[in-house]
Amino acid sequence: MKRRLSIITLVIFSAGILAAAAGADWMAQVPARDRQKTNPYHDQPQAIQAGRLLFDEHCAECHGKNAQGRNKRPSLRTERIQAEASDGDLHWFIINGNIRHGMPSWSRLPDQQVWQLVTYLKSLKASE
Amino acid sequence: MRGNRWGSRAPVAMVLFLLPVLSVMGRAQELPYFVTYSQHMEEPGNLEVAAKNAIGKPQDSNRFVGASMELEYGAKAWWTTEFYLDGSAVSQDSTIFTGFRWENRFRPLAREHWINPVLYVEFENINGADKSLLEVVGHDGTKDLTDPHALARQEKLREIELKLILGSNFKGWNVSENVIFEKNLNDNPWEFGYAIGASRPLKLAASAKKCSFCAQRFAAGVEMYGGLGDRYSPGLHETSHYLGPAINWSSPIGLTVSFSPQFGLNDHSVPCLYRFGIAYEIGQVFGRMGFHRKGNGKED
Repeated sequence: MKRRLSIITLVIFSAGILAAAAGADWMAQVPARDRQKTNPYHDQPQAIQAGRLLFDEHCAECHGKNAQGRNKRPSLRTERIQAEASDGDLHWFIINGNIRHGMPSWSRLPDQQVWQLVTYLKSLKASE
Repeated sequence: MRGNRWGSRAPVAMVLFLLPVLSVMGRAQELPYFVTYSQHMEEPGNLEVAAKNAIGKPQDSNRFVGASMELEYGAKAWWTTEFYLDGSAVSQDSTIFTGFRWENRFRPLAREHWINPVLYVEFENINGADKSLLEVVGHDGTKDLTDPHALARQEKLREIELKLILGSNFKGWNVSENVIFEKNLNDNPWEFGYAIGASRPLKLAASAKKCSFCAQRFAAGVEMYGGLGDRYSPGLHETSHYLGPAINWSSPIGLTVSFSPQFGLNDHSVPCLYRFGIAYEIGQVFGRMGFHRKGNGKED
């Protein structure tokens, strides 16, 4: 009985360590097929507005009302996000998160809402 | 007599049920399940305060309310921890505290997959009067819900519960399956159970206008759960099973209200359970108190 409980405990802690080991530069991990995905709402004003409301509801708590970062959480107005990352990159990142660095997965949001968020994020101006 | 006895306990029950409403500010994004866990974890730093209630009337017995008060905290993006306080109220009997539970969920894989596993481990210290029905395992059935509190509370249940949670998202649908293993630490055999659920928001794209009652804020689905016997008598013999629709509404300010009528599928089940849930999520709870999480302010 004790041996079984030890094994179960070991499995759970191993799982935790595995999860913690994941991370590193997220853009290098985006598969090519995800990077090339097309945003169905690209530049659409209605989607930007819907994305802004979604951002206020789900993201502003950590990233700040204006997406400029808050409480040691990163700004989303960087050159990297605004220029280097494709819409597909951002979509992949929102769905997968970056668990080691505290960014949760937002796979609970329907795909349409994730694309609306991407559309809003891409409408922001870089400030650094 | 029946009404008077029930009425004298009503204020206590009301406080237990409405306590979450008294909490402050937050966000919530919930699936409408009451028993089934999905692969989604609590956002790191967020605290969810929730109450779940199950109301039922076993045949030839008194109506009961099983209540749970839940505090759920996102310790890490891959680790969610929850603490429950349980209570039970029975018509013509009494309202009592029945114990506590502490559960932890771990997400072993860093990326999203077609099926996403989550490992769950829980310690329960409750008594036999508990009627929260947060899971159904082994040969659980109506016979466990009909003893008077004075007798039922003498049974101590110190249990370890393990779950394998599997969840998938597909075209707006969430489909979740749980396999449950539970062991009473007093030398009882391992008991088994299951829970499955499927749900979908009524509208997938978000509105460009602020709205409280638009379709995107409602999710509907179906949930089924039950026991699968124990180590010495596995299977469906003398087990109870429930099936029912579930719906919830998430307000823009973070309050989520859920409801599900669930129907017993055999004679060992309560004919009908009404489940109500209310949840409120407080975003970055320690940040509000001036404690900030580690981070370098840069995306990685």
